[in-house]
Amino acid sequence: MPFIPHTESETAAMLEAIGIDGIEALFDEIPAGLRVPDIAAVPPGLSEMATARLLAERAAANGAPLCFIGAGAYEHHIPAAVWEIATRGEFYSAYTPYQAEASQGTLQLLYEYQTMMVGLTGLDVSNASLYDGASALAEAVLMAVRANRKSHSKRVLIPRTVNPVYRRVVQAIVSNQGIVVETLDFDPRSGALDPAALPADPGDFAALVVPQPNFFGVLEDVDRLTDWTHGHGALVIAVVNPTALALLKPPGAWGTQGADIACGEGQPLGVPLASGGPYFGFMCCKSEHVRQMPGRIIGRTVDLDGKPGFALTLQAREQHIRRSKATSNICTNQGLLVTAATIYMSLLGAEGLRRVASTSHANTRRLRDALCAIEGVAPVFTRPFFHEVVLRLDADVDRALERLADAGILGGYSLKREYPELGECLLVCATETKTPEDLRRYADACGRALARA
Amino acid sequence: MTLIFERSAPARRAALQAPAEDAAAVADIPAALLRAGAPLLPEVSELQVVRHYTRLSQKNFSIDTHFYPLGSCTMKYNPRACNTLASLPDFLRRHPLAPERYSQGFLACMYELQEMLKEVTGMRAVSLTPMAGSQGEFAGVAMIRAYHTARGDHARDEILVPDAAHGTNPATAVMCGYKAREIPTNAEGDVDLDALRAAVGPRTAGLMLTNPSTLGVFERRIEEIAAIVHAAGGLLYYDGANLNAILGKVRPGDMGFDVIHLNLHKTFSTPHGGGGPGAGPVGVGEKLKPFLPVPMVGKTGDGYHWITEKDCPQSIGRLSAFAGNAGILLRAYIYARLLGREGMRRVAEYATLNANYMAVRLRERGFELAFPRRRATHEFIVTLRREAKTLHVSAMDFAKRLLDYGFHAPTTYFPLLVPECLLIEPTETEDKATLDAFIDVLSDIRAEAEATPDTVTGAPYTLPVRRLDDVRAARELDLAWKPAAAPP
Repeated sequence: MPFIPHTESETAAMLEAIGIDGIEALFDEIPAGLRVPDIAAVPPGLSEMATARLLAERAAANGAPLCFIGAGAYEHHIPAAVWEIATRGEFYSAYTPYQAEASQGTLQLLYEYQTMMVGLTGLDVSNASLYDGASALAEAVLMAVRANRKSHSKRVLIPRTVNPVYRRVVQAIVSNQGIVVETLDFDPRSGALDPAALPADPGDFAALVVPQPNFFGVLEDVDRLTDWTHGHGALVIAVVNPTALALLKPPGAWGTQGADIACGEGQPLGVPLASGGPYFGFMCCKSEHVRQMPGRIIGRTVDLDGKPGFALTLQAREQHIRRSKATSNICTNQGLLVTAATIYMSLLGAEGLRRVASTSHANTRRLRDALCAIEGVAPVFTRPFFHEVVLRLDADVDRALERLADAGILGGYSLKREYPELGECLLVCATETKTPEDLRRYADACGRALARA
Repeated sequence: MTLIFERSAPARRAALQAPAEDAAAVADIPAALLRAGAPLLPEVSELQVVRHYTRLSQKNFSIDTHFYPLGSCTMKYNPRACNTLASLPDFLRRHPLAPERYSQGFLACMYELQEMLKEVTGMRAVSLTPMAGSQGEFAGVAMIRAYHTARGDHARDEILVPDAAHGTNPATAVMCGYKAREIPTNAEGDVDLDALRAAVGPRTAGLMLTNPSTLGVFERRIEEIAAIVHAAGGLLYYDGANLNAILGKVRPGDMGFDVIHLNLHKTFSTPHGGGGPGAGPVGVGEKLKPFLPVPMVGKTGDGYHWITEKDCPQSIGRLSAFAGNAGILLRAYIYARLLGREGMRRVAEYATLNANYMAVRLRERGFELAFPRRRATHEFIVTLRREAKTLHVSAMDFAKRLLDYGFHAPTTYFPLLVPECLLIEPTETEDKATLDAFIDVLSDIRAEAEATPDTVTGAPYTLPVRRLDDVRAARELDLAWKPAAAPP
């Protein structure tokens, strides 16, 4: 029987021990009228070989286009060792380290992960992960409203330069708690918030979300935005790309006091694109806010003999202890992905991660230059960017993308639906995985696509 | 215990893993936006990394290495084929925003998974997007809220939750803007119907229920419960934590539930990964269909497409940046195809057989079952209150001593209603010899507790560390390593 080891004689012995004639008797407390005779819409089981063939056909049916889409998920080279180690059964098939003595491997790894995220963000503490970047931002918004002792406001400001899906997820998750999300518009020339255009008297608010880079790839004036926010008694929530943090000023160093919370999508750190998940959300904060942070946190302590070891800590924040008074309902998080990310960051180190970031950036710039050499393609925003850039076409952007897809190229993310005021605009990204030939292939196909438009 | 940072040496690198230096790469980014110094990451070789994390892995208990009867968590074997096939390169490289024409293989799998989950739960529609059980719960309660709001029924501000429920239930109710109100359980482990009748009313938005409950028994009067809640205008929420016990035998939709979530990392055997990822799809009856979270997958002719906000204007919206934990959904799909309909029914049968066998054998050895007159489901509760009182050896001591004998501990001190409890869930993938060995060891530990209680209260002895000082961990917070200060 698939994955069931019982022989007939063992089953018989077990039934006899229980004192029943057959397995069906085990379900005798379920009202007879509720029993379902069959689950006919589930197909019969397949052998492993037949399943492998089916899945190989399905995978092939996706095709293997050359992809220049970023928009929140980035293709990077993943060293072979990352998933070789992460899928070892001892990591893959363990659970939340409730029994600390039997989970020191996972616990130490998570402590090392927390240390790495503290290093990247320049903040004091990290949790052990949330679900993904979007839900991490929603948790950060809830956390900021709880943590802000200067303001009891439930108003949070989010610029339109934050990933539009993230904004929608925040809305879906926080609105039931009476939190009001207000959007701030961006400067159409620079593609970023204009600190000079922020209101002198914004009214009481709990926090401002500051993306770096923002959804357009544009780098925000994080220092001035941070100081403006703190000047009004509100907290700063940074939404950051972890690869970029190898290069860019960390949230902990923004402005005169630093951001209060940093969160984002951990996928670029060794997690494959894989249709959007599983990824992981990360969250770091200043130590004064640690008791308001959601999710698991690992601490170093000592055992009965004084030997160092690791354990889940600050569990009084969590649902399994606090129930209705918990900081969040989160229970399971994304441990396996954090395992991969920790191995990835160890293999790359600060210098390797910096090179991934800078090469991705240089590649995107080369792609921008190659595309902007084509008549009818132009850059849009004036501020500096990181590894993703907005281009404007003289033609219908969705039709151009269709033509590129005909040529096996995913040419980027159309901004038309979310930002109609920008016109025919495209968000493109070329990470370190793209070769000069790949860039040329895109530019050639783009030239042809626009010529036919 | 050496940290990866302590293996670091300046300028040592795994050079092949990153691209070559490109000096002018970031010349266009102003210095004010760049970081001043390098972040603290280890500088180590590839072999150092591989050896360090391989050795760390060996400090873990896991399903692949140990019996792991962690009640309510369904720690069953995670078939290797699910991981291998979900990791085919064309699945891994698919960008989540790839157009539908480059997504048909993936979308076909997701559509068929939705259909299979509808069938096994008896619900009318399924959304796969919630990323864990707690997000599934959030989605479910948010839909209940959206339903009442859409009807102009704004007075309902309470979610009823049995006192035996998982902590996520009341926490979720609060996240959705509700008050959580507890309903007591009677001595036989069923919801106290009189208390329920007294609690329901015009303020009742819904009842969250796990069936079988966390007490390891089937809620026999589920149809009456459904009738009481529905008569009061509330909706019934099914927490799918224990679906493994009834897969293919009885369906939440037939019991009267309006909305459910499943834990695919439990019932559909996707990996627990040292604490996730999970996947918590939601299923609904007709009333809640308009409110399902997006995206979902639809089918027209031979083609598959995304169903989005445009198609579902009343949707509670999006809960993830893309489409949930896609790779986990794919693993669950593969597992479902391997098992098929007969295999699914056998899951519930043998999970229940194993639990009842263990319960009977442990009772024969003199252990006290929390609900001895009830049939066990896929899990059951032993209470060690007698041992705690007479021998001064607690359930936690038993749990720690089990580790020395090579067994992961059952869930301890949950549910909160039963004193000194072990919640034991063997799952269907364990063989009789393993169950017998566990039963013998639990008896041996009780003998130790009688003869030399200190042996048990001081356990474990054979693991990388002995019991850890949790109080110190919380009081003297050490949450990240810091390099030793340079000598002055």
